[in-house]
Amino acid sequence: MKFSTIKRTLGFVQWLDRLGEKSIEFFREAGGISILFARTLYTTFTTRLRWSSCLDQMNRIGVTSLPLVFLTAIFSGMVLALQSAYQLRYLQAVQFTADLVALSITRELGPVLTAMVVAGRVGAGITAELGSMKVTEQIDALISLATDPVRYLVVPRFIASFFMLFILAIYADFIGILGGYMVGVFKLDISSTTYLKRTFDALVMKDIYTGLIKAFVFGIIIAVVGCYHGFKTEGGAEGVGRATTLSVVTALILIISFDCLFTALFYFMF
Amino acid sequence: MIKITDLHKTFGAHQVLRGVDLTINVGETTVIIGRSGCGKSILLKHIIGLMKPDKGSIIIDNVDVLSLNRKELNEFRLRISMVFQGAALFDSMTVKENVGFLLYEHSKMPHPEIHRRVTEKLRMVGLHGVDELIPAELSGGMKKRVGIARALCSEPKIILYDEPTTGLDPIMADAINNLIIRFHEHLGVTSIVVTHDMTSAYKIADRIAMLYEGRIIAEGTPDEIKNTSDSIVKQFITGEAKGPITDRDRENKFQIEDNNNRHSNS
Repeated sequence: MKFSTIKRTLGFVQWLDRLGEKSIEFFREAGGISILFARTLYTTFTTRLRWSSCLDQMNRIGVTSLPLVFLTAIFSGMVLALQSAYQLRYLQAVQFTADLVALSITRELGPVLTAMVVAGRVGAGITAELGSMKVTEQIDALISLATDPVRYLVVPRFIASFFMLFILAIYADFIGILGGYMVGVFKLDISSTTYLKRTFDALVMKDIYTGLIKAFVFGIIIAVVGCYHGFKTEGGAEGVGRATTLSVVTALILIISFDCLFTALFYFMF
Repeated sequence: MIKITDLHKTFGAHQVLRGVDLTINVGETTVIIGRSGCGKSILLKHIIGLMKPDKGSIIIDNVDVLSLNRKELNEFRLRISMVFQGAALFDSMTVKENVGFLLYEHSKMPHPEIHRRVTEKLRMVGLHGVDELIPAELSGGMKKRVGIARALCSEPKIILYDEPTTGLDPIMADAINNLIIRFHEHLGVTSIVVTHDMTSAYKIADRIAMLYEGRIIAEGTPDEIKNTSDSIVKQFITGEAKGPITDRDRENKFQIEDNNNRHSNS
């Protein structure tokens, strides 16, 4: 056998080796996140909830995210209206901007953009906090004090994220539509009555609740992925930084993937 | 009595514990010495059930710790406490909440009673007026003492100390040693202390065991350890830079490099 053939074969074997390694890593991550989700669900329904901690987390995850969600939603609504009008004006159908903004925001952009903003802000915060606790042995201390970290740390964040993403998505829907309204009325010369009428006529309940179901799912993803990477943190401050980045990236990929999955599901179901 | 038999633990390719056998009698203070990274803290974490071994058994007061389910393990942990190396105080809580954590979470004790217990334990470790401070406002020595007060709060039968004097000045280190001796004498607790501080080890130990390459290679009273003929133990307790431990380290390093070269060549 020629030397170049051997070299090529070895290169392919190494590539296969790396592919196998990455695949195992992927399934280990997916398995770890699924197991933590299952344990969190089980603990939520079988143990006494720590309501004060849940409310504290709702404040941290939900209330403190309001300004950021406001800015993201209002600018997205405005941009959406402007970009839609850019094409619709060739069809003499600028008034349809209202329909387009309302549908895009409630079905898609409201929940997805909210989830992305919250994943970047809150998901990273959860991982950094739990990661620091892990590397300073606070989680070990918690276990040694006969306390289940899933009940004590994950469940309050899970419940808070689950409900607050839902509320933030409704808020983003309103603010996004308001952004579109401002552009439509003040820039595109659509009358206020027409814009509002078109918005309400375009929307049906299905558009709103399919978006909000997604918001619940994104809330679960942000909390579980954030906590999972926090618990997996190793190696001091550098490890916390690495875990935080990984947590945000994983959450964003999962949000986009589940968004696609649910959109397809709703498309074929309803 | 704590009986550890044939305990093995491996992380990836690194075999940390390779058959640890150790017996600790009730009311005794046993100090486990050994080099940094030799698996002393890992051994403590196995005793309190924070880690599961690959092989071996840990029997504490006739209870097989490894056979306990999660609920039983939590009940068992009410009788055994651990003082962590960096104190591991909860950042978001005050000293009072840290020390009384176990009682707030797991007892029906009225809050004024818990406050009284917390103040008493803090006074035992020589702290007062710090109840409402948060850990970030404490010095290293104070943090360690709050960690000890937290471990004492449930009035455990066994206390595990992970390097209680590391990072402290000699005076504070001696104050911690005195606390450990006092708890041993007055409260009759069984203590396992992991350290590489030999001054501390000689002062507090009833028995000393040395962990080396994943096994207990020597065990005895402080005097027996001081007068040992084992060259490895001798090098460790005298802190000589040259001797069998460092020679073995060098051999292992060469072997690893050799293996790596062989791998990269193939």
